[in-house]
Parts: sequence; structure tokens; C-alpha cells
Amino acid sequence: MRPIDVIEGRVSVLDRADVDTDQIIPKQFLKRVERTGFGEFLFYDWIRDGEIELEPNPILVTGRNFGCGSSREHAPWALEDFGFQAIVAPSFADIFYSNCTKIGLLPAILGEEHCRAVAEAGEARIDVDDETVTCAAGVFEFEVEPHVKHRLLNGLDDIGITLENAAAIDAFEGSGGAERGPVTTAL
Amino acid sequence: MKNMFEKIWEAHEVSGDLIYIDLHLVHEVTSPQAFDGLRLAGRPLRRPDKTLATADHNVPTDGTMAARLIADELSRVQVETLERNCEEFGVPLYSLGSDRQGIVHVIGPELGVTQPGMTIVCGDSHTSTHGAFGALAFGIGTSEVEHVLATQCLVQKRPKTMRISYSGELGSGVTPKDLILATIGRLGTGGMVGHAVEYAGAAVESLSMPGRMTVCNMTIEGGGRAGMIAPDETTFEWVRGRPAAPEDFDAAVERWRELPSDAGASFDTEVEVDAGAISPMVTWGTNPSMVVEVTDRVPDPAAMDSPADREAAERALAYMGLEPGTPMTEIAPDRVFIGSCTNSRIEDLREAAAIVDGRQVADSVRAMVVPGSQQVKASAEAEGLHDVFRGAGFEWREAGCSMCLGMNPDILAEGERCASTSNRNFEGRQGKGGRTHLVSPKMAAAAAIEGRFVDIRDWS
Repeated sequence: MRPIDVIEGRVSVLDRADVDTDQIIPKQFLKRVERTGFGEFLFYDWIRDGEIELEPNPILVTGRNFGCGSSREHAPWALEDFGFQAIVAPSFADIFYSNCTKIGLLPAILGEEHCRAVAEAGEARIDVDDETVTCAAGVFEFEVEPHVKHRLLNGLDDIGITLENAAAIDAFEGSGGAERGPVTTAL
Repeated sequence: MKNMFEKIWEAHEVSGDLIYIDLHLVHEVTSPQAFDGLRLAGRPLRRPDKTLATADHNVPTDGTMAARLIADELSRVQVETLERNCEEFGVPLYSLGSDRQGIVHVIGPELGVTQPGMTIVCGDSHTSTHGAFGALAFGIGTSEVEHVLATQCLVQKRPKTMRISYSGELGSGVTPKDLILATIGRLGTGGMVGHAVEYAGAAVESLSMPGRMTVCNMTIEGGGRAGMIAPDETTFEWVRGRPAAPEDFDAAVERWRELPSDAGASFDTEVEVDAGAISPMVTWGTNPSMVVEVTDRVPDPAAMDSPADREAAERALAYMGLEPGTPMTEIAPDRVFIGSCTNSRIEDLREAAAIVDGRQVADSVRAMVVPGSQQVKASAEAEGLHDVFRGAGFEWREAGCSMCLGMNPDILAEGERCASTSNRNFEGRQGKGGRTHLVSPKMAAAAAIEGRFVDIRDWS
């Protein structure tokens, strides 16, 4: 994952609420075993049917509860591969939000009015470290968990960080913490 | 005083926001890139003994019994990739052809690997199903799948807690599916976001395990991180005697009895629902919160307060090909699908079979039953349910996700309308242009017979 600190440029707008991951990347494209190349299938049906048009700008502004539904990480992969570096919305579905942060696609939560202002401004500058979105209408603050911000700013892989802490996992297992649950290999 | 979520979370804290995972379930769609990541980084899989895989999303349900025989090339590659990955990393796998193969959220409880007090994850949002056992279970993305494979842990922000308390009893003909659909209809698709949800109260305590699984399964449709129900005698009796049940079962039960929320424990959000007021439900739109009682009519967007709701409803009705004001009982499905991780267990099939027994599927309807697992299929056949379904004109198929998500040959044609016991009515979910109405198994079975939705209470 590459580091991100400032995302700047034009804004694409998808003015819909409750956009689900089945729309972001329809199921027929989940059969690939690679991690790349999903961008051309983004919003496949909506774009092909002429329901929406989207420019691959750095920033996407959209409606509440974006990314609801399935846990498919193919959805953030497709958005990122298409060209988006940040998604701005009043709220996100939990799994989608987490998936975005794992690949360096910034999900930024702003209030409905501020989202609309950014959409209308057409251009914005997002500073991850300052946790601000700046556009013609003003400077709006959003929040990122400190450990997520650290990873985004430094392009760090979660697994590497956790494995630095392998002693804690060993200790947890050693103290009997891992004894709950069945042994699947013994079935 | 602690609630159940807090007890389980705290027992799994490794350090800071790192929690330990007791069981990692794996399927073919969300895992190939994770195994690739391990290989690229030269990392071993930390605990294959806490990992279990099956093939479900892609598998044909037409009797194809080996991965190499799957006709669709991409599906075949995905299932074969799972087989290779499990072999390489030592993960136990029930693939196509195994008598333990099935939908991942059906086989976990069936084998008894799903137990109270555990943390369970899977690269699938319906992992919330396993919370029915008093476990903390939730869906994760592929990066997190790789993280769990490598570390057996997960970095997680601690969610808030919500308790939904159901008073009263479900009426005759009203099922757990109706209970959860009505709840989502009230709270909205984002109503539970950020929360681990505990379902409680008399109406939930009286549910069977399959019923509890149906409720917890659809937690994600309300946006909830996890759904949970306190373990009790019903839970213990389900786990007892299953292949993975603890050897010292009594000792395990003693531990499990400590799990339920303490009296007086608090939750960040409390919701109360009168279960007695819930009716059989049918969705009319393109997300699960767009739902009404079967005795209602298709809502009129013009009567909705917020412009966003109005616009969403208008778009949904256009997609669904429905007019405002149409009685739900006048809507005629072309297809009926009984299956999915929400409603494909033996009890679901028994309920549906009882409705169709001695009747015939309407000429205008093509109906199919897809058991959730090979074991469900075997049990159903031992009871003769397959004969009941076939005799009524249903197709009786092999285990898999089938028409819940259209990743295999079971899909709707453009414009086809389906009464489905699955969990999502999103646009295109069951096939491009397909129109999904979510209902309970009883309601789906009755719709197949009548060729339109009926109030199942009129049949009892």
C-alpha cells in the first residue's frame, strides 16, 4: 500500500444513498482470483445502462451508508483501480469502511451539508494528517482513528505491524487464551 | 456488570485493539488474493487448526460433484484455486464432492465448530449468522482474511453495543424471517451501523437454533457489525453430539452459562419491539428495509417525507416494475427460491414442505429448493422431503449459495420476479434485471402454489 497524505483535485458525484457493494462491483466480476483490474467493472450495470456517469477523479462524493451489503473487498479495489483516492460521504457501512482503509483508499465522513458543499465546489483538497477537506465553500473536518491514520500516512501493511507484536500473540496462546473452540484439523 | 459482547471481546483482547480469532471460515471467492498475499510475503498460515474451508458461492447445484467438472471456467478456476491453497497451507476443506460441503454459514453450526463464546470471522458479511450461538461473529474483507491467516488475530475498533428486546410472542404463521425483516424495516439499512447487536426477550428465547440463525444472519442488512443471542439450553442441545462438540461437554456448558449479559448490564443503544404485532413480511424494493406486511400495499413514494427516501423509492419501484398502491397479494412471482444461508436448514425445508405437501406449483411459476448443505440434503431426503417438493413441482438441487447471489448458473432472467428466502433484494443481486422479493420459507412456498403472494396466516 502506498502512503497517502494529500489528495487533491476534481470531485465526482454519485448522489445516491445506501449504494450497495453489488452495484459497486456486480457479482460476475468476483470470480477473478487477482487483486487488480476491477476498475473497468465499477458500477458496471449503472454505467452501461446510462443511469450514471462517473469521471475517474481523485475524489468521489456520495450519499449515506455507502458500501452497504457484502464484505467483498473487490468494491474498494474497483473504486481505487478506477482512479478514486478518497470517498467522501455522510456515513459508510462498517465492513466497507474498514476494507477501504486496508488498501489506502481514504473514506472521509462529513455531514450531509458539507458533502453537498464539496460536491458543488467540484474540486477539493483532503489533508489526511490534518483531517480536513478544503474546498471553495470552506474547510471541513473529518476524523480518522489514530492507528489508521498512521498506516495511511506511512503506507504500512497491517500484517507487518501485527507481526511485530508476535510475542503478544504467543503469550495469549501460551496462557490458554486460544483454547476455546474446536480443532478443525481433527474433524 | 457486563453485557455478552463485552465478555467475549475482553476474553479475546491480545493487546490494544488486537483481538484473537478462534475460528476462521474460508470460501473460494474472498480468499484467493489473501493466500496469494501470504505466498508473496513468504508468511506461513499461523493456525490451520483454527481454519476451515468450503466451496459454496460458485458451485453449480445441478449435480456437478467435482471442481474440475464445473462448466464455467472462472468458477472452476476459483474452486480449484481454493483446493490448491488449502492443500498448500494445510487447511481442512470440504469442497465439491464432500458430504460435508455446503454454505459456509450452514456447515459451521452443523459440524459443531460454531460454539458459544467464540470469535468467528469469514470473508463474508453473513458471518453474523454464527452469533446465534452466543459467539462474536462478523464478516471481514480479503485484506483482513489475509491478516487472520497470517496472525490468527484481527485489528478491530471496538463496536458499540445495541440490544433489541422483543416482547410478546410471534403469531401463528409469523417466522423469525418476518421478525428480522420487520426490525430492519423499522431501523433502516444503516440503523445498526457501528453496533454489535444482541437480540433478546421472550420472543427470541423461544426460537429454535435455525430461527436464531436466520435472525442473526440478517443483522448485516441492518448494517450491524455482529448479531448475537444469549446461549441457553436450546443452544447447548444443538451443539451436543455434533462432530466438533467439546469432549468435556459438561465443563464447556458450565463456561457457556457465564456468557449471557449480566442483569443490569448496559448497552449504548436499546430498542424495543412488540413481536406480537409482527405480520408476515414481503419486500417491495431494492434493499431489505423496503418491506411491508403482506396485507399492505406497495407504498407511494409521493407520501414519503424526505426527498432522498422519495427518490430512492421511485427508483426502486421503477426497477421492480411495481405501481404504488398495488396490494402485495396481487404481486405474482415467476420464480420461487427456497435456500441461502438465511433459510436453507432442515427446519426451513420442513416448514416449506408442510405448505406444499399435496399441492401443485402454479403453472406460471418455476420453483426450486436448494438445501444449505449436503448434510441438510441427506436429512431431507431421509425424511422424504425431496419427494414432497418434487411431487409438487419444485426442482430439488444440490447444496450451495445458488440463486442468493447469482455467482453460479442459478440466476434470474432480466425482468423475472422472484419470491426468495435469501437476504438481499439489491438490484441485480439474483441476476441482472432480476426482481427479488424477500420472504420466509412458508411465504415462498405458498407463493409458489398460488402464483402470487398470500397471507400464510389464511392457510392455517
